[in-house]
Amino acid sequence: MSNTTTHIPGPTQSLPSARALKLVAFAVLAVALLIAPAVLYPVFLMKILCFALFASALNLLLGYTGLLSFGHATFFGGGAYFTAYCVKALEVGPLTGILIGVAGAAVLGLAIGVIAIRRQGIYFAMTTLALSQLAYFCFLRAPFTNAEDGIQNVPRGTLFGVIDLTDHVTMYFFVLTVFAIGMFAIWRIVTSPFGEVVKAIRENEQRAISLGYNVNRYKLSVFTVSAALAGLAGSTKALVFQIATLTDVSWQMSGEAILMALLGGLGTLTGPSVGATVIVTMQNYLAATSVPVNVVIGVVFVISVLLFRKGIVGVFQRFSKAP
Amino acid sequence: MIQEPVKEGYAVSDAPILSIRGLCKSFGGFHAVKDVDVDFQRGQIHALIGPNGAGKSTFFSLLSKFHEPTSGTISLAGQDITRTRPEKVVRMGMVRSFQISAVFPEMTVFENVRVALQRRTGRDIQFWCGLGLLDGLRDEAMYLLDRVGIADLADKRAADLSYGRKRTLEIATTLALDPKVILLDEPMAGMAVEDIGMVSALIKEISHDRTTLMVEHNLNVVEDLCDTATVLARGEIVAKGTFSEIRNDSEVRRAYIGTDYD
Repeated sequence: MSNTTTHIPGPTQSLPSARALKLVAFAVLAVALLIAPAVLYPVFLMKILCFALFASALNLLLGYTGLLSFGHATFFGGGAYFTAYCVKALEVGPLTGILIGVAGAAVLGLAIGVIAIRRQGIYFAMTTLALSQLAYFCFLRAPFTNAEDGIQNVPRGTLFGVIDLTDHVTMYFFVLTVFAIGMFAIWRIVTSPFGEVVKAIRENEQRAISLGYNVNRYKLSVFTVSAALAGLAGSTKALVFQIATLTDVSWQMSGEAILMALLGGLGTLTGPSVGATVIVTMQNYLAATSVPVNVVIGVVFVISVLLFRKGIVGVFQRFSKAP
Repeated sequence: MIQEPVKEGYAVSDAPILSIRGLCKSFGGFHAVKDVDVDFQRGQIHALIGPNGAGKSTFFSLLSKFHEPTSGTISLAGQDITRTRPEKVVRMGMVRSFQISAVFPEMTVFENVRVALQRRTGRDIQFWCGLGLLDGLRDEAMYLLDRVGIADLADKRAADLSYGRKRTLEIATTLALDPKVILLDEPMAGMAVEDIGMVSALIKEISHDRTTLMVEHNLNVVEDLCDTATVLARGEIVAKGTFSEIRNDSEVRRAYIGTDYD
């Protein structure tokens, strides 16, 4: 046995300069988000924030746990429907409405997750797709969703009975707060002891089992949390646009979230938000021109897959790490 | 969880730690493991040898419960584990390694060992805490890395290690679980000659207070390391005993035709 009295150097901490740089970047981003509504149209910004949260929720599952869900629109759109219905028909406040949306999405996530995590790889993805299509038709047929019309004219209401959310700028700061809470939850999870085990499962599931971890329990937990956060994004979106429709639960919506996460960078905290910003911006500005939006997005996606395998943020991180 | 007596009586230490009766595994019509009866004694290093396709890896997967047996029973320290889930078997004290080196490639060497220590210390579900909670595991993780001689590589990504180093990292990770029984599936496969000596010394060292069962093709290693050898061919046990006993066995020679060793 080797001499244990010798000093064993532990792993080194990240350099203080890198940490300072991160703090500065974070501060700049925070200030930019605070002054943004003075420069840009608040509804556009809110759309970005909602999709950024949606893509980040998906990334928690895809990037950190290695599970490709092709049915996350069910949770996004489900959250939107539940919130829209509660706020409009039952006349609850916006905060209660969002909480109900999140809870509903979490329940849907738990139900779909229990079935889907029994399969691996492409079979997992196909199971989530199939179940989300099932959910799509349930939402189409359900009496409270108004089928093709969706739930329209959803009132934004007043927060705590005093803050009127009908004003776009006020609403923006509410959405920004929701976004910050969601991102904090994701950050907390991926940098926690639980997150370490989850990453180990992503890296080598067989080995994680042979360390004694019940991997299905971890996968199901992450799946449910990811669904709840997607629901949070959808609920908020329903209040912003005052509408919940079948588009929100369609498979194209699931695909869009995957695209955003991939483009920005899987397994990075900020990547999905960057991807969402790029895609929502293109959708908004190209929609006014005669350029076919989907073709452009397709081309951007192909380029990013060929040139930046790790997404925009992934590539940036690689460059900044190089000496 | 099984309760091991602190002081082992004669009867307890005499009972086999691992007892297999009538174990079968078929894939479709193919019988990978056929009616295997075998006991493994505590505190020894056991080798499992046999030609390619003999069913050694399947046998290992059955023991570690990664495969469900078609029939037969397996008991670990007197407890029937035939229908136990794989992670439960690990918690009962039997840990396996893999033929293909199994590390967590994108994690550092240090993190690889730390994640193995987490569960035993109950720090594996705290999603509301920072990684500071795991600081208490640092010394133990570094001690384990030092024990296998790779403490200086703690900050490296596991993916960047050489093949031999990955195997030693895997052993450190396995040690972190403090298992009673270690199953090693071809620990020397594909390893450079100079690494074989190092890893086999390491296996010898870690095995002195545990039971080790290893699949190994290198018969020199088997001769050097193992107390007993069990020979598997076409899914059946054709011989068992000490290495010198089995090396002259006619059945074994037949099973190994064309793969003579010197």
